[in-house]
Amino acid sequence: MAAITMRLPVARKAVGPSAPRGSEKHLVAPGDTITTDTGYMRGHGTYVDEEKLIASVAGAVERVNKLVCVKALKTRYNGEVGDIVVGRITEVQQKRWKVETNSRLDSVLLLSSMNLPGGELRRRSAEDELAMRDYLQEGDLISAEVQSVFSDGAVSLHTRSLKYGKLGQGVLVQVSPSLVKRQKTHFHDLPCGASVILGNNGFVWIYPTPEQKDEEAGGFTTSLEPVPLSDREVISRLRNCIVALVTQTLMLFDTSILYCYEASLPHQIKDILKPEVMEEIVLETRRRLLDLEG
Amino acid sequence: EDLRVDGRGCEDYRCAEVETDVVSNTSGSARVKLGHTDILVGVKAEMGTPKLEKPDEGYLEFFVDCSANATPEFEGRGGEELGTEIANTLYRVFSSESSIDLKSLCINPREHCWVLYVDVLLLECGGNLFDAISIAVKAALFNTRIPKVRVLEDEEGSKEIELSDDPYDCIRLNVDDVPCIVTLSKIGYRHVVDATLQEEACSLASLLISVTSKGALTSMKKVGKGSLDPESIFEMMETGKRVGKSLHIALQKILDEEESLGTSRQKVGFLG
Repeated sequence: MAAITMRLPVARKAVGPSAPRGSEKHLVAPGDTITTDTGYMRGHGTYVDEEKLIASVAGAVERVNKLVCVKALKTRYNGEVGDIVVGRITEVQQKRWKVETNSRLDSVLLLSSMNLPGGELRRRSAEDELAMRDYLQEGDLISAEVQSVFSDGAVSLHTRSLKYGKLGQGVLVQVSPSLVKRQKTHFHDLPCGASVILGNNGFVWIYPTPEQKDEEAGGFTTSLEPVPLSDREVISRLRNCIVALVTQTLMLFDTSILYCYEASLPHQIKDILKPEVMEEIVLETRRRLLDLEG
Repeated sequence: EDLRVDGRGCEDYRCAEVETDVVSNTSGSARVKLGHTDILVGVKAEMGTPKLEKPDEGYLEFFVDCSANATPEFEGRGGEELGTEIANTLYRVFSSESSIDLKSLCINPREHCWVLYVDVLLLECGGNLFDAISIAVKAALFNTRIPKVRVLEDEEGSKEIELSDDPYDCIRLNVDDVPCIVTLSKIGYRHVVDATLQEEACSLASLLISVTSKGALTSMKKVGKGSLDPESIFEMMETGKRVGKSLHIALQKILDEEESLGTSRQKVGFLG
């Protein structure tokens, strides 16, 4: 049966922060003067014009001793060494793959940074180069770690561990990179029955937890068996919860996603995207997170 | 098993927001937000001469503008092709005799008639454009108020048109038979209604059918590079008719509810 809901628009008030933060955040827009004091060093997101320090992006000012920088709220992903990213292969070139990771330039995955099947350690030969397309094609999703950052800002990736590699069946959610909290590990197995990879570049991958850890494959084989309905329901619910958290600009990490999932259980999966249900769930999540902190 | 990525069933629409009378200098306007898709429709009624083959009827002119705000592909002249495709589909949908009473738009046969210029503006593209546009067009036509005119005849026989002074003295259009478009996209072996951008990227073929509130089909169009099996076309048509009927019921309910609020309604507009 079709369910079609139509409604009249209601002016939505933003759900304000429930607790006052320790210090008031100094928010700036591009062109705003941050300070006229010349003793400060300028960091990212600022420039000097006529002895005034002016912001070039919209965000919050961060001051560390003498360094002033502006951390933008919505940016493209800026790579840092050691970050986990989820990316999509856009091109297959001579000895590398170009990966799209929501950054200013396409990231690069060199053939020498990719594990060979079976875990062999040898120099990559010409046959390996010709067989590149058998490993990763255009449109494939991979999880990788940032090895280094080039001078122009392009990021070089590597998949030199068995936990990285091609991703199988699952759901991708694209969010802003500033909403993904930096943690020790970005691979989470949630107790509700699905696993989540929180890429630092804003790509969140939700997939059904594999039953046994297949070590020999090295992350290349993908199972195309149909995913059972119960797993798919969990994954859809998680996806809607993540979208709700992002719409209300809450940081994404495993605890917040889990609390949001639990708060959404009384509702139907498709109702989570309704504005009022979204506000209710996120309010509940925020409350529980504050209880956890305090 | 009837479960899509965002938890909807195959026949569920996303939550829609409909508001009419958002643009003040038009005869009627409506704004529809279906998920991430945002459409604005304005209807202006102007006097014109009837077409030669239909001397006692008025007519509708459609124009679709894909604004560059919607997606970067519409920059410059990129959106023109999509715009003409949508406009041609709208002409086709409204080409049936019963959809709108064009005779009521006639003032003087062969000389004067009302021409309704329907302008559609795509503000944001989030999948399922045709459905949202047809809902917005129906809502805008429901909201259209055409001033009443009187024809005065002079002694020499020349006719003069007099507009009534009262701004509230106007004729409304009967939109009961105006059809709405339902897009059914084929993904794998099943078909879904109201596809998001991601689902549209996965579907190779779609069927656009326009359904009236009584469940009658007025036009059908297949889009996409894939092929459709004749049996699946029949199934999709049945689904489309069912979904179309409930769509009309929901839309009419919301339009009546908005109407009943009258002047006390708080207009949200674009800064809500």
